[in-house]
Formats: sequence, C-alpha cells, structure tokens
Amino acid sequence: MAFPLLSLIVFIPAAGAVVLMFLRNDGAVRWTALGVTVLDFLLAIAVLAGFDTTTHEMQFTEMHPWVPALGITYALGVDGISVLFVFLTALFGWICVLASWVAIDRKMKEFMISLLAMQALMLGVFCALDLFLFYVFWEAMLIPMYVIIGVWGGDGRVYAAFKFFLYTLAGSLLFLIGVIVLYIEGGGTFDILALTAQDLPFRVQSWLFFAFLIAFAVKVPMVPVHTWLPDAHVQAPTAGSIILAAVLLKMGAYGFLRFSLPMLPEASVHYSPLMLVLSALAIVYGGLLALAQDDLKKLVAYSSISHMGFVTLGIFALNLRGLEGGILQMFNHGVTTGALFLFVGLIYERTHTRSIAEYGGLMKAAPVYTSFLALFTLSSMALPGTNSFIGELLVLSGGFAANVAVGAVAVLGALLGAAYLLGMYRKVALGPLRLGARSKVYDVNLRELTAILPLAVLVLWVGLYPKPFLGIIDASVNYLLEQVHGGSQ
Amino acid sequence: MEPVTSIRPLLAVAVAALAALAVLLLNNRHKLRDAVSPLAAMAMLAIVASMAPTVLAGGTVELRLFEILPGVEFALRADALGMVFATVSSLLWVVAAIYSIGYMRHLNEHAQTRFFACFATSLAAAVGGAFAANLFTLVIFYEVLSLVTYPLVYHHEDEEGWTGSRKYLVYLMGASKSVLLAALALTYQLAGSLDFVKGGLLATVDASAPLLTVIYFCYLFGFAKAAIMPMHAWLPAAMVAPTPVSALLHAVAVVKMGVFCVLRVVFHIFGAGLMNGLGLGIATAYLVSFTILMASIYALTRDDLKARLAYSTVSQLSYIVLGAVLLSPVAMVGGIIHIAAHAFSKITLFFCAGSIYCASGKRNISEMAGIGRRLPWTMGAFFVASLSMIGTPPTAGFVSKWYLALGSVEAGEIAFLIVILVSSVLNAAYFLPVSYVAFFRTEALESPATVHEIPLVTIPLVATAALSVAMGIFPGYFLALAEGVVR
Repeated sequence: MAFPLLSLIVFIPAAGAVVLMFLRNDGAVRWTALGVTVLDFLLAIAVLAGFDTTTHEMQFTEMHPWVPALGITYALGVDGISVLFVFLTALFGWICVLASWVAIDRKMKEFMISLLAMQALMLGVFCALDLFLFYVFWEAMLIPMYVIIGVWGGDGRVYAAFKFFLYTLAGSLLFLIGVIVLYIEGGGTFDILALTAQDLPFRVQSWLFFAFLIAFAVKVPMVPVHTWLPDAHVQAPTAGSIILAAVLLKMGAYGFLRFSLPMLPEASVHYSPLMLVLSALAIVYGGLLALAQDDLKKLVAYSSISHMGFVTLGIFALNLRGLEGGILQMFNHGVTTGALFLFVGLIYERTHTRSIAEYGGLMKAAPVYTSFLALFTLSSMALPGTNSFIGELLVLSGGFAANVAVGAVAVLGALLGAAYLLGMYRKVALGPLRLGARSKVYDVNLRELTAILPLAVLVLWVGLYPKPFLGIIDASVNYLLEQVHGGSQ
Repeated sequence: MEPVTSIRPLLAVAVAALAALAVLLLNNRHKLRDAVSPLAAMAMLAIVASMAPTVLAGGTVELRLFEILPGVEFALRADALGMVFATVSSLLWVVAAIYSIGYMRHLNEHAQTRFFACFATSLAAAVGGAFAANLFTLVIFYEVLSLVTYPLVYHHEDEEGWTGSRKYLVYLMGASKSVLLAALALTYQLAGSLDFVKGGLLATVDASAPLLTVIYFCYLFGFAKAAIMPMHAWLPAAMVAPTPVSALLHAVAVVKMGVFCVLRVVFHIFGAGLMNGLGLGIATAYLVSFTILMASIYALTRDDLKARLAYSTVSQLSYIVLGAVLLSPVAMVGGIIHIAAHAFSKITLFFCAGSIYCASGKRNISEMAGIGRRLPWTMGAFFVASLSMIGTPPTAGFVSKWYLALGSVEAGEIAFLIVILVSSVLNAAYFLPVSYVAFFRTEALESPATVHEIPLVTIPLVATAALSVAMGIFPGYFLALAEGVVR
C-alpha cells in the first residue's frame, strides 16, 4: 500500500486541533498551530514535487470501503486542478495562523481549533474522490467558518454569520438533492470518476446543472447571490477573510470544474451562454460596487466578485485558454486577494479604522507596508508582469473566442478594476500623513513580513514565469475539454 | 545574418535598475547619490553603443530568457528600430542626469532620492521597451514606465501635482487596461503569439477585416503615450512635474515609448501589406494630421512656456506616426529619424524652460521680456532648437521633415505634404515669438545680479542644442538605422 500522503495532509490539521484542546497557554497554542500548519504545508509541497504533470489521471489515490452497502468509499486523490488548490490551502494555513497571532484578543485556543478544523475540511474537499465524502467535507466546512465569523467577528458578526450560513445552506440543500439524483441516475455509486463516465440524458443533465449552478454560484459568489459576501468579509476576523477569499470562494468554481463540466457536458455547453452573461454581469457589477466603497474591506470584497467573474467567464468559455486562464485566475485571486485582506487586517490593527477617507500618506509612516501593498494592488488590477495579468489575458483570449461581446464587457471590468484599485492606493498610501496622532502606525514586523513574502514571490513568479503552474494543470484541462466536447458531439 | 546572442540588452536595462537601487541605498549621502545617475547613464550609453556596429551591419543582438506563455517569450532583442530609441534615450540620459543635479540642487527640491530613483527606473523601462523582442515584453516595460513616472509627476505633492498626476494615470492606465488589453487578448487569440514578425504577425492570420480594424485602433489609442488626439490630454497635465522630468521623460522616453509601440504595431504586428489592404495607413494619416494641426493651434494659445512645449510635443509625435503610416520607405525613414530629431531639440527647449525657471522663477512667455540679455546661452540654445523644430537647415528637424515631405510625395499623398508645410509655419508662429520676446522686448529688464546662467543647467542645454545641429549635419547614424528598419 502506498504511503497515505493525502490522508496525512487532511488529518494532520485535524489532529492538531485535537492536541490544541489540551493546551492551556496561548503561546503554546500559537506555536503548536503554526507547527502543524507548517508541517502540512511541507507535505503539500511534497505532493506537488511528486506530482506527475504528464497525465490527467488521479494521483496519490487512496481507496478504502466505508459503507459498502451504499457504495460509499473513503477515496482521496488529486489531479492537476485540485493539487494546485491543495497547495494554496496549505500555504494559507500558516499564513492565517501568523495573521491571527495578536489580532485575536480572546479565546485564542478555540480560534486556532476552528482554524485548523477549517483547514482539514477544505483540504478534504479538494482531495475527495467520493461524492459522499466530498459532501461531508463540503457541509462540515460551514460550521467552523460560522463560528469564526460569529465569535471573533466585528460588531455585526451575528447577522453576518447567520446570513453566510443561510445562503450557503440553501445552496447546499440543492447540492444534496443533486447528489441524490446523481446517485440514483448514475447507477448507485458515489465514485466521482465513475459518475463522470456516465452518459446522463440531457433532461437530467439540465436539472442537475441548475441545482449545481445555484449551489456553486452562492459559493463563487455570482451575481445575484453574492450579497452574503461583503457582510461576511467585513465582519470576519482577518484570518477568516483570508480563508474566505483565498480558499472558500474557490470551492464554487472547483465545483463547476469537478461536477458540472465533466458530469453534465451537454448541459454545460448548452447553458454556457447564460454562464458567460452571468459572469460578465458579475465582473461589471462587482467592479461598480467596489468603485463606490469607502470601507477598505468592502472594496476588496466587491473586487472579489468582479474577479471571480473572470474565473467563471474563463471556465465557461469552454476552450483551452479560457479554462487554463480561469483556473490560474482562481489561484491568482487566492494569492492576491488573500494578501490584500491580510493587508487590510494589518492596517486595521494599527489604526482601528477601515475607512479609506481617514487614511492618507501611509507611505511616509510605513514604507515597507505600502510598497508591498502597491505590489498586491497592481497584481489585483492585473498589471502586466504580475500573476493576474497572465490569467486575465488567457481568460479574455478565451472569452473573445467564445463571444466577442462578452469579452468586450469583461474588458470594461478590467478598466473598473484599475479605477477603484489605483484610487484606493492613492488615497491610502500617498499624500500627507493623515492619521497622525490618533493612532500609532508602525511598519510591518518580521512575523508579518514572513506571511507577506511568499505571496509576493508568487505574484511575480506566476506573472513572469507561469509555465510551471500552467504545466501542472495542463494535462487535466485538456482531458476536461475532451470530456466536455466529446460528450456534446 | 544570424542574431548575436548576448547579455548586453539585459545589461543595459540592469545598469539603470541597479542605479535606482544604489540611489535608494545612498539616501543620506547626497554627493555619492547624485553621482550614481550620470555614471549609470554613461555605462548604459556605452553598452548600447557597443551593440551599434552589429545592428548597423544589419544584424540583431538578442537574449531569449524564458517562455512566459505558449508562443510568448520574455526576450530582448536590439534591432534597428530599437537602437534608434535606445541610443536617443541613453545618450540624452547622460545629459539630463547632469542637468537634473543642477536643477534639483538649485531649487533645493524635496524628495530628491525618490526623484533620482524613479528617474533611473524610468530609463531602465524605456531601454527595456526599446529592446523588447515581442509585444508582451514591450507591454511589461510600457506599464512599468507609466508607474515609475507617476511619482515624478506628483513630485511637488501640491494640489496641482495631485490633479495633474491623477489625469496622467487615468489616461495611461485607462487606455492600457481597456483597449490595449482587448487588443492584446484578441491578437493572442488570433495569432497564438505576440512576436514581432517582419511583414506583420497578423498578416498571415485568418480574420475578418472589421475585427482587424478594431484591433488596430485599439492599439493606436491603447498606447496613449503616443498622445494621438483624443488621448493627448495627459501630456499637458504631466507638465506639473519638475522640468528635468518634462524634458527627458515627457519629451523623450515616455512619449517616444508611445510612438515606438505604435511603430512596432504598424511594422511588425500588422505590416505594410495588411495596413494597405485594410486602408488603415491612410485613415491613420488623416487622424494624426488632425492632431498635428490641432495641437499646434493649441500651442499657439498657451502663454505658459512648458504648456506650449507640451502641445508642440503632441504635434511632433504625430509626425513620427504620420511618417510610418504613409507606408512609403522614404516617409518611414523620415518618421523614424524624427524620433531622434525631435528628442534632441525638444529636450533642449525644456532644458531652457527649466533654466529660465531656475534663474528667474518665470514660467509665462509674456513675462520673459529681455531675459535673453541675462541668459544668452539659454536663449541662444532655445533659438537653435526652435529652428530645428521648425525644420530649418542645417538642423536635425530639417533632415526628418525633408524625408517626411519627400515621402508624402513618393506616397502620392500631397495633402500630407501640405499638412507638414502648414504645421511648420505654425511651429514658427509659436516658437519664434519666444525668442523675439526674450531678445528684443526690453521693457522689464531684470538685474543681472539675480538672473544669471547656472552652469550645471546651462552646459547640458548647450550640449543638446549642439546635438540638434550635429544631427542635422551628420544624420548618417540614424539614417542608416532607419533604412535598416525599412529594408
């Protein structure tokens, strides 16, 4: 039997959470959480290092019967698409611990337990090859996230947590119905690969497509089911926002890639115009909302809606460049927006305000902070040379090939992005120092810099040399395209 | 001829980038810090010059670094067109670096470290753009140039500075994040590459004429640095920057980057054949003719000397584009060498405006009565450079305008010959009054004790005026390069 690397990755954070329960001192809690997440990250790198990029087959697979009577197995494995997000999740694991080091002022132990539980479940989602197992991880994720927002959030945390819970639960219920239909129509198995190989009638595909659409659209989130996101982001503690942006928002898009496209290829092709229009709507509407924000965190939250519009646009362009761009953009959005939320958190810790109008001239007080903020701002607006530009270029290239009008509207969204991001940066970083005496603004310390640096490296690495990253997903994307277009012929 | 592989194109970029780093590190040691820029400029000029023989002989010097996307590399290549831009930028950086020291010290400007660091980075970006071997690499340097010049525009950090710099960024970023982005995505989708191809990358692509036309105009307006109307308004706004910035960046590096990109698109993305086939050449020629005339009329109405110079730049940039899009070999040569001719003369004019400002604090032409008596070298150089802008022999401007005029005739487009001649009259109408006021109006003569030449400022501007004449007499180097592009 092969070494169960993926199980280790999934369960080490869970085991860490259990260990934390027995610790009393906050310092020990922090360092243990950090140790666990760093170990998990190293294992994720080991998976990436051992990953064979020449095949679309699932790798590092593990298979154990779980409830044989119902055809449920404990099956894990990663392909080129999921392995990228295993890496991203593991990376943000320790970054979130560092981001919460002093920002969490009460119940440190309980917070770190929630954080580790969250990480285990998210990794489980990306590794699961059994639909039932997937659903368990997917649903269970809601609980620690609800707790993180509801307990450690801002003043409106209860409302925000409840809204988050309701929206995603509503989506999940439809997903559950879809899962059951799939189980019955697909011949009584929960094996994702076996279900993918099924050739379902178009009518069934259509119904399932819309059930999945609503479930995943809430998570992405797509307009008009996005309204939980700004509330959740604004109220969540920094680490919560980072997880939301970097990983949770990817779940919806991952759902489209893992279920909608390969299992429902004909429906995906048939309804792709609708998806393209919805994506373009999200790009522009999210951008306009971001333009109107004074709250820094809300601005980044709305920008996420716009950027995730690019992701779904790329995916439903249903061509090679679009899909590769969409998936790369999922990764990029995770890195960049995760970093931006980290930066919002850092400045909030120092100034206790998130109002852009109250900042100004931070360049003078915190040059290192503002320099890195510039990098991530430029990355978010997809300046050539940064990670997002590669993704954006591929998505637009694919988008134009699918539909010129939709591509043109998406370009408008890119323009909006430049407007609100550059405007934000100017108001926050340049000009005379405004906060002055009211609060002590100091530059980033070593701990914060440690969290920032790997993200900065990824921004430039993907921006200038995306080949290794595209290489990882390439085989799987090509296979996915075969499944989609093979099915529709 | 086989391309020569060498690290020198990268070295030219690196020397300026490292200079910026050195400036930052030497923040508190002003003399050392100020010495960095001229030294780096000379090193860069030497590196660029070392590649000249190969390029003049019809070869290229290239460095392919790595693949960014399928069909898109990060690669540098010094070819004839790139050498024109790189030679001009690096040569004038040497002069401007010295001028900047004189100017910034004399006015005791704040944030000098930021100023010199951004200045050096701008040059790295400009030369990187000159040597970019494909559109992707070019656009990276193009955007870096927009960003690092932004702090130079808001340098004074006053109300005027913030408004001007905001307009600057809105125009440049707005254009590149909308139409330019669309053009890049469409080109990549159609051609699967962003390489510069002799004869045109898109020439062999199967695409509809309307789509190609849209892509072309997306490029033309997307490269807003070329300041083709209506994308010109950022340039007068950028004049709030300190004068050395207006001189080297907003008369040479930044704006030339814009027209350079347009030339790359015309020559190597579309190619003469496709341009002709779609009728794009003549359409663009009318568009830029409007810019040439309209900007000259604007210039006539401006009393602020730098504003007048800015509108003159808008007008002159369109000469370069006009030469390229007439698509006749002689006109193309004229357009390309006008890059150099305009650079030498316009930097002189800006240097003079800065010299006047340093010496007397005056910006408006109407207040400069008699200043020629106090600043004879400055105003003498101003006169020489004005002649070059108008196109009088034996100055650089004469050579390029001669080729442009001849090219219009060769292309059989007499309308553009008239445009060139009329605009030359307009040039005379807005430049010569400055010299007249400075030398012959004496009602408000300043005392020589307070208004006098500042050596570190005056020597560079005399040098560039001399360059304007020298290029008029010995245009061989730039002509040879331009012919290398057209060949």
